[in-house]
Amino acid sequence: MAEDFELDEITEIFLEESREGLDTMETGLLGLEEGSADAEIMNDIFRAAHSIKGGAGTFGFMDVSDFTHGVETLLDEMRSGDRAVTPDGVQVLLKSVDRLRAMMNEIQTAGEIDTALNEDLEKEINLMLATGVAADQGQGADQTEVADDGDESPDLIDAGQAAEAAKTAAGVRHWRIKFTPHLNMLQKGNDPLRIFKALEKTGRLEVEAVTDHIPPPDQLVTDNCYLSWNLKLSGNICKQQIDDIFDWALEDCDLDIQEAPEPAPAAKNHQPPTRQPGPGDSQESVTQPGRQSPVNHNTGKPQQTTASADTSLKNKKHKAAGAKKPAPAKAAFKESSSIRVSIEKVDALLNLVGELVITQSMLKQFGAKIESEELKELSEGLIQLERYTRELQENVMDIRMLPISFTFNRFPRLVHDISRKLGKKVELIITGEQTELDKTVLEKIGDPLVHLVRNSLDHGIEMPAVRVASGKPEQGALALSASQEGGNIVIRVMDDGAGINKEKLLAKAIQRNIVSADDHLSDERINALIFHPGFSSVDEVTDLSGRGVGMDVVRNNIKDLNGRVEVQSETNIGTTLTIRLPLTLAILDGQLVRVGQETYIISLLSIVETVLIKKTEINAIAGQAEVYQMRGEYIPIIWLKETFQSQPETLNQDAGLLVVVEADGRRAGLFVDELLDQQQVVIKSLEDNFRQVDGVSGATILGNGTVALILDIPGLFNAHLSRRESILPSDKHAA
Amino acid sequence: MHTANTQVISSEDNLTANDAEQYLTFKLAGEEYGVEILRVQGIQGLQKITSIPDTPEYILGVINLRGEIVPVIDLRRRFGLEKIKFSSTTVVIVIRMAHDSKETTLGIVVDGVSEVYRFESNNIQDPPEFGGAVSTEFLKGLACVDEKMVILLEIDHLVDFKMIGKVADREAIQQ
Repeated sequence: MAEDFELDEITEIFLEESREGLDTMETGLLGLEEGSADAEIMNDIFRAAHSIKGGAGTFGFMDVSDFTHGVETLLDEMRSGDRAVTPDGVQVLLKSVDRLRAMMNEIQTAGEIDTALNEDLEKEINLMLATGVAADQGQGADQTEVADDGDESPDLIDAGQAAEAAKTAAGVRHWRIKFTPHLNMLQKGNDPLRIFKALEKTGRLEVEAVTDHIPPPDQLVTDNCYLSWNLKLSGNICKQQIDDIFDWALEDCDLDIQEAPEPAPAAKNHQPPTRQPGPGDSQESVTQPGRQSPVNHNTGKPQQTTASADTSLKNKKHKAAGAKKPAPAKAAFKESSSIRVSIEKVDALLNLVGELVITQSMLKQFGAKIESEELKELSEGLIQLERYTRELQENVMDIRMLPISFTFNRFPRLVHDISRKLGKKVELIITGEQTELDKTVLEKIGDPLVHLVRNSLDHGIEMPAVRVASGKPEQGALALSASQEGGNIVIRVMDDGAGINKEKLLAKAIQRNIVSADDHLSDERINALIFHPGFSSVDEVTDLSGRGVGMDVVRNNIKDLNGRVEVQSETNIGTTLTIRLPLTLAILDGQLVRVGQETYIISLLSIVETVLIKKTEINAIAGQAEVYQMRGEYIPIIWLKETFQSQPETLNQDAGLLVVVEADGRRAGLFVDELLDQQQVVIKSLEDNFRQVDGVSGATILGNGTVALILDIPGLFNAHLSRRESILPSDKHAA
Repeated sequence: MHTANTQVISSEDNLTANDAEQYLTFKLAGEEYGVEILRVQGIQGLQKITSIPDTPEYILGVINLRGEIVPVIDLRRRFGLEKIKFSSTTVVIVIRMAHDSKETTLGIVVDGVSEVYRFESNNIQDPPEFGGAVSTEFLKGLACVDEKMVILLEIDHLVDFKMIGKVADREAIQQ
């Protein structure tokens, strides 16, 4: 039993890590498709696939590891340059990523994998592997092995370039390399065999071991390297490539690389000895900057990659070219050094800190009463305690915050897939993905965002031909941005599409009796109609069918997160949807109010203003609904006592404070006795041990340790209305 | 887990019957009631209870129990017994209830705690089908201690909060 559990836990980690790997692969693949066959990206993808394969093998998911093997081979060929990176190839790989992700889910839910689903894709991969490369298949396998022990393998990158170069069959050069490792080279983790393998890929290699320095057996130290080698290498290779291969071992050996003037005697000379002239060969790197341009490299065609002056510089160039999306995401992946902690643990910690804050404020209240000189130190200590508790609370809250990139990361793929399906050209621009949001909010904002992005692609951005006709670039732009503005997180989905067709929208709204034809609506109001439940996404303004939920559901989801969404649109310029979310769901900026004996909390966001009124200023309509006239506007009054059918009774019957609150564009006044503090409160659920209560969104614990209810303003409105409408026997508690 | 713990206690006390359970008993309107002691999380003095709108009268409201919001019911009113003023012995017994595989915490206000007894299952009688102030669905059984009757409660059936709102509505309509 215990064993099972442990195994499960390990499997869980494997799954989680594999999913991360798949995300890396996806991001990388999408980066590739933009045309940059960046060696670094290629290696990232390959490495991710490789560790998934390895992990799957270790944990006994042979189906996963078998499947990944094909993918890995394909990737390897692309990485080594044996295979051009084609859109089709990338598509197959993306599909494989999807399938692998599905397999992870199958393992998690069912514990086993439906291999039947793999077959089609496996066939596709095998077909691709079978065709395509004429180059030696065995080579790919070799390389895989090499990668096994090399994490970072700059040598392999260049091996790939060298292989490309070799294929041009022009300019075969011959090198003599005298490779004398220091005694301790093996201890530093450098493996001559690996170097030879890398060299072998660049051309024809002959190895001769020099055994002169091997001591007699009694003096032999087992992990010293006594051997040295004379190597002969021929092929279209420049010195830089060789240097790169030896790069890692350079400090631990003596290396002498000489270009041989004539073919090495042993090399069977089946290639014409057309050697590029010039003594400056080894420095030719600088000569052809034009050929180094990313564009050239991006074609993925074999070309003579003359050695660049510096590999890292080259990589930088590629990054600059294809940097838009893959680079930041990759950076985020690499830089994070973190531990996994279950959210329950964090929440438990948060709870404890909450209690600490309460205890602290109790002590503070108590300390305020003490005047004695002797206890001065105590009160100083209390002040310090307050500061530290506050900091502690902030820090613990911070643990729950995650960068929004966790949500944004799925969009490159989504946009790629949908725009491909729709035949549109779209560039996705993501900014502010490091903006942090509460984990719960983050999880719940994903689906609404997907819907908004889908909508923009479907209804917003036009077909290429239409765009050109209206004088826009063929490629549409979709911008996804996140930023923190005050206490809110603002997420924007912007497209440069056709914009909302207001006439059509209005006509449809009138046709469906959502608005009357006589209403004169502002543009803002018209645009906001897209959120009306009457407009499902199907048969929407552009008559293109949408999928999934409608915009009203999006708005409701966002509202559930205490956020709101707005739309701005200009014909032919584009549409912007702005979502505003609270930083966290766990904390609320509240106004404490007293009604009778009870303390309630009203979210500051929903309070419009507070006015002091007299009872006589309240008018009753038909003896029922009471209203207060505020600057010409009639504001209905909600008596908490009545709506809640319970005790809180306003003590002062003649005058009081009317807190004017707003929700869903409606306003009402809440009659309260007193305004207390404004403070940030930690939201606690009533549902954990009780149930949901109409008009109450949650509870919190005040400084004195008692519980106060947080009012749910929209819910209160509805409760108020339903009470008014249904004429129930007024008070069942009266009995 | 619950049963396992019980067994541990039994064996410690060298009891041959492995189905004996300990009960915490409390006083309510002159009668003695018992709840399984393993369900009891703690006993609290009365603190300020925050009332919750639109709930039956017997739900007094919610309290803060180590950062958790816990509802509190007045057991006298739940059983339709006479209301009395809370006294110095009035306490809140905090118990764990199981509801559709979900565990929830509940506070019950009683006149005062009494004793801890051990009852073997063969000493517990089924509750009578009728009579008594308490509806039989709340009863687990009856046990005797020194000629004294102890009413054992079936905690899980004490309240079903999901139903409360609806029941309240129905009552209101029927009236």
